[in-house]
Amino acid sequence: MCGIAGVIHRDGPADLGAELTRMLQSMRHRGPDSTGYALYGPSDDLVVIRFVLSEPRKAKGLGMAERLERNRVEIETRLNKIGADVATMSSETGYAFRATVRYSGELKPLADYLEDVPGCEVLSLGHSLEIVKDLGDAETVAEQYRLPGFVGTHGIGHVRMATESDVDLASAHPYWAYPFSDVAVVHNGQLTNYHQWRRRLERSGHRFQSECDSEIIAVYLAEKMENGASLEGAMKQSLDDLDGVFTYLCVTATELGVAKDEMAAKPLVLFESDDLVAVATEEIAIRALTGMDVETRDPYEREVLVWQV
Amino acid sequence: MAGVGAPSGSTSGVNYDARGLAEPNAEAPGTAEIDGNTARIDATDLSTRLINLELKRLLNVEGIDEVTIVNPGAKHSVGVGILRRCKINVEGSPGWFAFGLIDGPEVHINGRVGWSCAENMMAGSVVIEGCAGSLTGAALRGGDLVVKGDVGARTGIDQKGGTIIVMGNVGINTGFMMQRGRQIICGNAGHNLGDSMYDGEIYVAGSIASLGVDCVPGGWTDADTELINRKFRIYGLGDPPEFQKFVCGKQLHNYDSLEPSERKLVI
Repeated sequence: MCGIAGVIHRDGPADLGAELTRMLQSMRHRGPDSTGYALYGPSDDLVVIRFVLSEPRKAKGLGMAERLERNRVEIETRLNKIGADVATMSSETGYAFRATVRYSGELKPLADYLEDVPGCEVLSLGHSLEIVKDLGDAETVAEQYRLPGFVGTHGIGHVRMATESDVDLASAHPYWAYPFSDVAVVHNGQLTNYHQWRRRLERSGHRFQSECDSEIIAVYLAEKMENGASLEGAMKQSLDDLDGVFTYLCVTATELGVAKDEMAAKPLVLFESDDLVAVATEEIAIRALTGMDVETRDPYEREVLVWQV
Repeated sequence: MAGVGAPSGSTSGVNYDARGLAEPNAEAPGTAEIDGNTARIDATDLSTRLINLELKRLLNVEGIDEVTIVNPGAKHSVGVGILRRCKINVEGSPGWFAFGLIDGPEVHINGRVGWSCAENMMAGSVVIEGCAGSLTGAALRGGDLVVKGDVGARTGIDQKGGTIIVMGNVGINTGFMMQRGRQIICGNAGHNLGDSMYDGEIYVAGSIASLGVDCVPGGWTDADTELINRKFRIYGLGDPPEFQKFVCGKQLHNYDSLEPSERKLVI
């Protein structure tokens, strides 16, 4: 099943970390196995890199602390070698890191170079996007990564119930649209032409971090936008190109969009006011955000809606 | 060990909860305000399970005949499995699966509802003042379900009886595999109306994006007029608009002696 949520503030930044945590925790019953966030803070000249050096369950093994530190140093060395001047690097967990760098080159070589370090997976790259995901429910992850207090304009989140793959970070949402800056997706549903699209996108030079069909959506949309499409245009095209039952949310540095497949088989509830747009799999999440009874609606089949910050 | 097996002595019937999401030891909280034959439950701080235990305590133990639930907070499965005649009012919006599997209550919801409201209802009535999500009235077996706003997709899927009235629009696959009963849609209908239906009647006042497989226009009778007028009168819905009627063409399913291979050629 899984649950997705998104929020966009049109009246300026808010405590996104706390807001999305409330929304996601209220949908814990839809998936307590892992929780993820794609948060957009203030845009900066610095590039923000979120990466992990190990799956959480493997990070506590014998000699792992030394290995993780060795690999972290290697990451820092490689960043310097590729011309990325490291401004900050921190970690709340010992295996998941946040770095800010001064870097003006291509993102793909940077991501590839870092991921060549054993165990390294780049979760997100961008000037305002930060993807945080880990095992457990929203409150667990939020506390671990100190997310309450993360101020930003928009973000999306996901709670996952593992049904067809392992409980691990590789299968947790959101997915960054590697190697495109500041694009992320969360998805509830299944794509039935996953392999076809994966082969097509791999032939175009893209690589995937997981075996999850949701990652296809992120890369598919980002590639369309790279070729000049608007987010809304790319999402509308996806309704024809992607088979299956799905509802997904896509965020860029300035926009948040939702799309529902032609069968409208996966739920989504929408609340919109002048200042705030909130979407979620279940209304209970919107209540958790607003704290009061608000008028909501379910988008119909083949609806694509996009909001600007 | 979280959630595996109910503790010894539990009477909840919950015996497997791998992810620790159930409340195996829950008991009715006893927080409702009782006033003669009516009662009021404030659901603000209650989980679904506690709301329902309290509701059943009031109806089945205290013998209350009219209960008002306030602040339902979009919680799921509120009021499921009520099997006696009574009145239940909801001030606010419950979430998914509200009042499913009920047999007898008159329910009035002064708000909107999420997916699958009144699923498998056997008798009684559910009136919703706002909109409803998808799968509204799924597998409805009897009673009346009235939605004054719009509803989502697959309204009355697998409906086996009863009447669904929607004052607004309905989404895709309304009446999918409907087997019996009636749907009265005052607004527009999405694609695949009545797809693969077996029987029953669907009345639509607005436009229809497309008819589903084996859903065909039906002949209007005095009984149709009488039914619609009666339902509108009972629920105070004003003057009914003009409707088109749709029924099953009885070409898709086994209403004949054709072999499956022959049927492909005929349909």
